[in-house]
Amino acid sequence: MSTAINGDLAMAMAGGLLIGVAALTLMALLGRVAGISGITWAALTAKPRENWRWLFLAGLPLGAALAHGIIGVPLPQGSSLSPTVAILAGLLVGLGVRLGNGCTSGHGVCGIGLLSPRSIIATLTFMTAGVVTVLMTRHLVPGVLGAMS
Amino acid sequence: MKALAGLCSGLIFGFGLAVSGMTDTNKVLGFLDVFGAWQAPLLLVMGSAVLVTLIGFPLLKRRARPFLAASFQFPQRTDLDRRLLLGATLFGVGWGLYGYCPGPALAGVIYGSVDTVLFLMAMVFGMAVATYLTRNAP
Repeated sequence: MSTAINGDLAMAMAGGLLIGVAALTLMALLGRVAGISGITWAALTAKPRENWRWLFLAGLPLGAALAHGIIGVPLPQGSSLSPTVAILAGLLVGLGVRLGNGCTSGHGVCGIGLLSPRSIIATLTFMTAGVVTVLMTRHLVPGVLGAMS
Repeated sequence: MKALAGLCSGLIFGFGLAVSGMTDTNKVLGFLDVFGAWQAPLLLVMGSAVLVTLIGFPLLKRRARPFLAASFQFPQRTDLDRRLLLGATLFGVGWGLYGYCPGPALAGVIYGSVDTVLFLMAMVFGMAVATYLTRNAP
């Protein structure tokens, strides 16, 4: 196995542990599930407004900036897909997380940690849907995303 | 104090996302490309995050209440319905199209791509549409 792959494994594990610690922190201090789609929607709509939600969301890009700036995590190359694909994907993600009450963080990280049957099923479902989607766009109908410019 | 707690958790979360590789849409799509040149490492992200919550949440549950709030707000629902499956499927398709789920997209705004902002705006619009469509649902 190459050093790059080993490095990716170590980084994936370290990053995952930190994500788990972040979820524990929010639960220990505020008693809330660190579900990012839920927190985003509540930050925009919940009344009375609770500032912790906005600060949590602001912490995401700030934390990422620290990771790249301080410990020198290499910056991602950026997507080669078109803005049309970005918009279509964002629309589906938004619809899906509201209908399904959660995303990778709420269902995947927190819900499975709570052994919630809904979260386990949701996680298996969105992982499968993601894998099938990439199977379609890269292997069965290659070029379909390139056509969306 | 509550606001500071939120910021603290968000900072660790965003730091972890960037370290893990989840903010790299190419890596995420490579991870979902199980039938192609599969990039397995990201499997460890959810694996190790879940390991922490699986051990940590039960320990926290022994406490009567969180440190800075009145009560733990654990999700109560246990039923499975078509809406959950439909929602998770739509979300998975969107994730597989571009490689962003909500957290990495929010953290990814620091990379300065307009497309990420478009993704987030479309996401919020999608959330609003779903909320409108289910306004009479229980």
